[in-house]
Amino acid sequence: MKKLMLLGDEALAQGAVDAGCSGVFAYPGTPSTEIMEYIQKCPEALQRNIHRTWSSNEKTAVEEAVGMSYTGKRTMSCMKHVGLNVAADPFMNSAFVGANGGHIVTVADDPSMHSSQNEQDSRFYAKFAMIPCMEPSNQQECYDMTFHAYELSEKYHLPVMLRLETRLSHSRSGVQRRDMLPENELKLPEDRNQFMLLPAFARRKYKHLIEIQPDLTEESENSPFNWVEEGKDTSLGIIASGLAYNYVKEVTIRYNCEYPILKISQYPIPVKMIEKFMDNCDKILVVEEGQPLVEEMLKGAIPKDSRIMGRLDGTFTRDGEMDPNKVAAALGKETRTGESLPEIVTGRPPALCVGCPHIDSYKALNDVLKSYVEDGQRHVFSDIGCYTLGFLPPYNAINTCLDMGASITMAKGAANAGLFPAIAVIGDSTFCHSGMTGLLDCIYDKTNLVIIILDNSTTGMTGGQDYTGFGRLEAICIGLGVEKEHIRVVTPLSRNFEENVQILKEEIDYKGVSVVIPRRECVQTMTRRMRALKKQEAK
Amino acid sequence: MKQDIILAGVGGQGILTIAAIIGQAALDNGLNMKQAEVHGMSQRGGDVQSHLRISDKAIYSDLIAKGDCDMILSVEPMEALRYKPYLAQTGWLITNSTPFMNIPNYPEQDGLEKEIYSIKNHVLLNADQIAKDLGSARAMNIVMLGAATKYLNIPYKSFEIALQIIFGRKGQNIVDMNIKALAAGRKFADEKL
Repeated sequence: MKKLMLLGDEALAQGAVDAGCSGVFAYPGTPSTEIMEYIQKCPEALQRNIHRTWSSNEKTAVEEAVGMSYTGKRTMSCMKHVGLNVAADPFMNSAFVGANGGHIVTVADDPSMHSSQNEQDSRFYAKFAMIPCMEPSNQQECYDMTFHAYELSEKYHLPVMLRLETRLSHSRSGVQRRDMLPENELKLPEDRNQFMLLPAFARRKYKHLIEIQPDLTEESENSPFNWVEEGKDTSLGIIASGLAYNYVKEVTIRYNCEYPILKISQYPIPVKMIEKFMDNCDKILVVEEGQPLVEEMLKGAIPKDSRIMGRLDGTFTRDGEMDPNKVAAALGKETRTGESLPEIVTGRPPALCVGCPHIDSYKALNDVLKSYVEDGQRHVFSDIGCYTLGFLPPYNAINTCLDMGASITMAKGAANAGLFPAIAVIGDSTFCHSGMTGLLDCIYDKTNLVIIILDNSTTGMTGGQDYTGFGRLEAICIGLGVEKEHIRVVTPLSRNFEENVQILKEEIDYKGVSVVIPRRECVQTMTRRMRALKKQEAK
Repeated sequence: MKQDIILAGVGGQGILTIAAIIGQAALDNGLNMKQAEVHGMSQRGGDVQSHLRISDKAIYSDLIAKGDCDMILSVEPMEALRYKPYLAQTGWLITNSTPFMNIPNYPEQDGLEKEIYSIKNHVLLNADQIAKDLGSARAMNIVMLGAATKYLNIPYKSFEIALQIIFGRKGQNIVDMNIKALAAGRKFADEKL
């Protein structure tokens, strides 16, 4: 078979399909989005009719995947790192109930926060849940590891985490496919207690999970993805995990360093392997992408062992992603730095697109607030999406971005403290992800606030995916208990400016829960839709 | 053979198409490649870049080290300069001269050009104008690629084949237009010397 040129995300998706996966469950989030997008277009996935529609959020996605695993089928849930926080409850407990059909939990981290609120390292979650974690270092491993992870998952009846990072998720290279495996037959669990976490069962499950830990470590000792590369110069040994292994290889080849290298791509860490490796080397450099998980484990709580260098002793910065220059510097190599950045170059931050409906919404909001607070004293709670860019000049329209859905609940808390006007700005997809329960809190509490659901009819920031609540926003709000006359749908266009300001004013003045829905399609998805239409007409 | 290339521009200017074509041409020549892209928030009108590495040996790092880059190929002049710290002393900076002004404090064009001229190996061309003259403003990125082909260790013919593969499903007219754009860019680079 010819090699395919695939992003890390796509290689992993193709791997899942070829390894017999029957369903993928996900909510979009950079850098994980392209996994599901690939499945939605992959001919083999379409032919097998693999489940491939988006879920409302990461929690529902993981639960749906556990349900598919229950039936004996292979499944995958995917999300970005902070999405795993949303899914933490089913994720942690899925380690107890385990897996029937293989379950891979794919999590894509974002070191250096290219498109995220933090750079948490998901390997800690895998360790926390006491399940195996696999960390590919290249696109081929992304593909191959899905086969391995499914086998491991079914052998131990445990979910297995596959951890990616931005640089691998969004980097393309050649991938060699294998023969496709058939899907699993439907086979319901024989043990009626398996998926039942009443405390008496849960205690037993936990003991079992503890008991198999040495077996999982043994798997890592023998994993085809963990290995030692001998080197003549044992004054230093390099332990490199996942993606960081690439930078180590790049630099050691370049500078002809002959240090032994231990590559770790499967966890729990292979203790015997590491012990033997460390015995043969004078000093140890730990290079890992993300937070210092391996380094902390090697050092322990009392960092007496000064042989170990990494992020904790300042050899590397504590934060930010790795790169070849950082690794070369850690090895004492003078890196060839190019010339400095010319002073004339200025920053070019991302911005709302020309013609974006959010611009009109923010203009109206800024204007109406003039009659309530002094200019520059606005406090508006917001959320995660393209509209977070409304924080930047010239809009300066919002003040907060905490996590998905937090605009509504933070505004509620502030209203409860007496803030008036209390305003939440949230996107349509974000609202369906985790804004609905917050709205229910407001209804229950009869909170005096205005929730503005910016409806651009897509999940915009991640590139325009559809979402579960599309076309149902008013029905959802009515269902949750918002009074019909206080659900105001407006069209954010400059010609409607005065009218929209007036409507916002009326709803701010209403003492209760109001929902204003500025509705106009995202200019990006609209352009794409129009182009597709034109193409179709041409045919 | 190894070439490390940084493609630069502003979100939406078509650098990923350039990357796809170079990648396709590299593959047809049996070379290895890795190409790191930027997705997500920055694509909304922010600066975007792609690290493209081609080699006849195994490639490990997805990222190019500072001071190692053999070519900066940029569809926007200020964005070309943003990656100057990556450029090797022997490297080429090939950039479009038409600015993309979506920020209030965009620098003076003269200053930018002065900076570009200060780099020993540079090619500065008005790819927007060349593409417009050909009757397809959208082929600006392919004009830029055409200029770059002079310094890429891949036969010119392979780029034409790659255009055929990548634009083939859009119809032969589009393919032909892009082949013309490629040639126009190449002509500029050839005549520069």
